[in-house]
Amino acid sequence: MDQPYESTAHADHEHKPHGWRRWVFATNHKDIGTMYLIFSGVMFFLGGAAAMAIRAQLFKSGMELFDPGVYNSLVTMHALLMIFGAVMPAWVGLANWMIPMQIGAPDMALPRLNNLSFWILPFAGALLVSSFFVPGGAPAGGWTMYPPLMEQFGASFPMVIFAIHLLGISSILGAINIIVTIMNLRAPGMTLLRMPLFVWAWLITAYLLIAVMPVLAGAVTMLLTDHFFGTSFFNAAGGGDPVMFMHIFWFFGHPEVYILILPAFGVISEIIPAFSRKPLFGYEAMVYATASIAFLSFIVWGHHMFTVGMPVAAQLFFMLSTMLIAVPTGVKVFNWTATMWRGSLSFEPPMLFAVAFLFLFTIGGFSGLMLALVPSDYQYHGTYFVVAHFHYVLVPGAVFAIIGAIYYWLPKWSGRMYDMRLAKWHFWLSVISVNVLFFPQHFLGLAGMPRRIADYAPQFTDWNMVSSIGGFVFGASQLLFPYIIWRCVRAGKPAEARPWDGARGLEWELPSPAPYHSWQSPPSEAMLAHGAEH
Amino acid sequence: MTDAHAHADSNYYVPHGSPWPIVAALALFCLMLGAVLFLDGVTSAWSLLPGPLLLIFLFIGWFATVIGENQKGVYNLRVDRSFRLAMMWFIFSEVMFFAAFFGALFYARMFAVPWLGGQGVKALTNFLLWPHYEATWPTNGPGHLGGEHFEAMSPTGIAALNTLILLTSGLTITIAHHALRSGKRGRLKVFLALTFLLGFTFVALQAHEYIGAYTRMNLKLTTGIYGTTFFMLTGFHGLHVTIGAIMLVVIWLRVMRGHFTPERHFAFEAVAWYWHFVDVVWLCLFIFVYWL
Repeated sequence: MDQPYESTAHADHEHKPHGWRRWVFATNHKDIGTMYLIFSGVMFFLGGAAAMAIRAQLFKSGMELFDPGVYNSLVTMHALLMIFGAVMPAWVGLANWMIPMQIGAPDMALPRLNNLSFWILPFAGALLVSSFFVPGGAPAGGWTMYPPLMEQFGASFPMVIFAIHLLGISSILGAINIIVTIMNLRAPGMTLLRMPLFVWAWLITAYLLIAVMPVLAGAVTMLLTDHFFGTSFFNAAGGGDPVMFMHIFWFFGHPEVYILILPAFGVISEIIPAFSRKPLFGYEAMVYATASIAFLSFIVWGHHMFTVGMPVAAQLFFMLSTMLIAVPTGVKVFNWTATMWRGSLSFEPPMLFAVAFLFLFTIGGFSGLMLALVPSDYQYHGTYFVVAHFHYVLVPGAVFAIIGAIYYWLPKWSGRMYDMRLAKWHFWLSVISVNVLFFPQHFLGLAGMPRRIADYAPQFTDWNMVSSIGGFVFGASQLLFPYIIWRCVRAGKPAEARPWDGARGLEWELPSPAPYHSWQSPPSEAMLAHGAEH
Repeated sequence: MTDAHAHADSNYYVPHGSPWPIVAALALFCLMLGAVLFLDGVTSAWSLLPGPLLLIFLFIGWFATVIGENQKGVYNLRVDRSFRLAMMWFIFSEVMFFAAFFGALFYARMFAVPWLGGQGVKALTNFLLWPHYEATWPTNGPGHLGGEHFEAMSPTGIAALNTLILLTSGLTITIAHHALRSGKRGRLKVFLALTFLLGFTFVALQAHEYIGAYTRMNLKLTTGIYGTTFFMLTGFHGLHVTIGAIMLVVIWLRVMRGHFTPERHFAFEAVAWYWHFVDVVWLCLFIFVYWL
C-alpha cells in the first residue's frame, strides 16, 4: 500500500483491480452492490426452496412429507433466510449501487467498512444454513424465537443467536455507511429536499436499522444467557417474564418490517413518475409520510401480541397508533395514483411490477387494518389470515419492488437491455400466481386454520391445494429472473444512457454502463436541474 | 476539474482495496463459531480463543493502516467529517443496545414482578402458581432462584466511589481536550494518562465488587431477575469501560508520538465521545440499578 489513496479528481482511467482481489478486497460501491445482490439472490432461492417444501407438505391434509419438527424448521428458516438473507441484503445492494450515483458522489463514504458489512453476510448465512445439519436440526420456534420454546432446541440454538448477531452487525455498519454517505457526500446543490425519494427512503430506513438492530442483539443475548448462564430475563420463577421477550422482540420487529418496505416505497416513487412521464405528485408529502411511518413504527409493536394479555389501555393505545399508520400510507398510495392520473403511461416491466405493487401492497395494507382492531384480531391472530397479510406486503410488496428496481436500473448497471418479452412473461406469471398463492390463505385463516402447523383438518384441503399450485407456479416463474439477467449481461442489446425516456435523476446523466468510478467530479447544476425529479 | 461548480472541498478520497475488512469478517466468524462450539459442548474452552486473538490482530493491523494513512495526510476534511458522523451513529447504536437491557429492567420492575405478586392483569399467575409470593424489589423471584437469601447492592460504598471516579475521568478528559486545542502537550499527556488510570481503577473496583457479591453477598448472575439485571447491565457497562480505557491508552500512545494537532484530532474526539457515553450509561446504572 505505497499509494493508499487515489485522488478522485484525476483518476479518470478505469482503475479496476483484477482477479479475486477485486471482490474480496472490494471498496468500489458497484462491486459491493453486485455482491450484495448476488448473495441476496442465492438466499432468495434457498428460502424459496424451503417455501416450496412447505407448500408441498400442505398440498394435502395428513403428514405427507416431513415430520412436524422438520416442517417447523422449514418455516423458521424460510422466514430467517427471506428477511435477513434475501430482502435486507437486496435493499443494501441497491443502496450501494444507486445512492452514490443518485446524489452525485464518487462512492460510499466509508468504502472499507462497506466491504466489511458485505463480507460478514456469507459467514452469517453459512452459520444459519448449516444449522440444518447439526443434531436436533435447525431451530423450529419461528423467526420470532419466543422463549421458552426457542430455548428447547438443540445444538442449533446458539448458531442462530450468533448468526443473528453477525447479521445485525452487518446491518448496523451498512446503515451507518448509508447515513454518512447521504449526509456528507451529496453533490453541491443537492439539498436534502432535492434528493431522489429512493435516497430519502433509505436515509430513514438506515435510522430505523441503527435504532432497532441493537435491540434485537440485546433480545437474543438475553435468550442466550437465559439458556446457558442461568439468567432469569424470561423465567417467571426468577421474577422475569417470557412476555417481556415479545415486547423487546417486537420493539425491534415492527420497525424491522418497515425496514423491509420503506426502500420499496422509494423505488416505487422512482418508477411510477418515470413511466407516467410526469413528476411525482406531492414530493414533500412523500418525504414527510415516510418519516411519519418510521416514527409510528416505534410505538405500535403491541399489535403483534394483543392476545398475549395486556392492559386494556395498552391495547387501545396500540390499536389507535397502528391505525394512524394508515394516514401516511394512504398519502403515499394516493400520491402514486395521482402521479399516474393523466400521465402518458407505458407499461415496461419495471412499471408493471410497480403498478402490481400499488394494488397488491394496498390489499396487504387493508388486511393490516383489520388485524389492527383488537376485537377482530382476537379472531385472526395466529391464523393463515396473518400469513396472507404479511405475505401480501412482503412478496408483491417488497419483493416485487426489488424485482422492479432491478428491471429499472439493470440497463444502467450492465449497459445492456434485457428481453422485454421474457420479462413481461416473468411479470404476468408472477402476478397471477402470487394471488393464487396468497389470496386463498385469507379464506383459510378466516375459517380458522392455524399458522405454523404441519397438518390440518381435511375441510381446509381445497384452498390449500389452490394455494400450493399458485406457490409452485410462482416459485418456478422466479427461475426466469436470473435467466433474464444472465442473458442481458451476456448478450443484451446496448442500452442508451437514458433507456426510459421519462426517467429523471442523476444516474441517468451517466453513460450506460455507468463508469467504474462515477461522479469523480461532481455533477453540474445544469445536470442537477435536468435530473431533478420534481 | 473542468467543471465550474466543483470546488476543492468536494473531492473525496476513495481508498484502494484492503485485506482488513475480510480479516475482520473472518475474526467475527471465528469469535461466533468458537462460542457456538464451546456452548454446544463440542470443544472445550480453547475454541473461545482464536476469535479474540484474530480480533486483536485485526484492530492493531487495521488501525495501524488508517493511522499511517492519516499521518501521510491523505484524509481531507470531508473524510474527517465522515469519520465523525460514523462514530456518532455507532455510539447511538450502542445506546440502543443498552436501552434493550434497561427496558428489561424497567419491565421487570414495573410489570413482571408486580404481576407475579398478584397485582394487575396477570394476577392469576400469583393466585395459581405462587400464592405466597409478595412483590418486592430486589427480588430473585417466586422460585427464590440462587438461594433463599441474598444481599442487594448498596448505592453507597463502591458504587458511589466508582461514580466519583467516572465523573472525575470525564473532567480530566475534558481538561486534556482543552490542553490539546491550546497546544499544551505536557498537560495533555498528564490528564489523558489520568483518565485511563481512573478508567482502569473503575474496572478494578468493579471486579472487587463482583468478587464480594459472589463470595459474601450470595449475589450471582443466577440470583433471579435482580442478579440477572444487575450483572448483565453492569457487566456490559464494565466491558465498555474496559474497551474505552484501552482506546484511551491508544490515543495516549499516539499523543506521546506527537500525533494530533490543535485543529485535527478526530481520533481523540471519538474516544472522548465514547468515554462520555460510558459515563452517562454509568449514571443511569447508578440511579436505576443501585439507588432506586
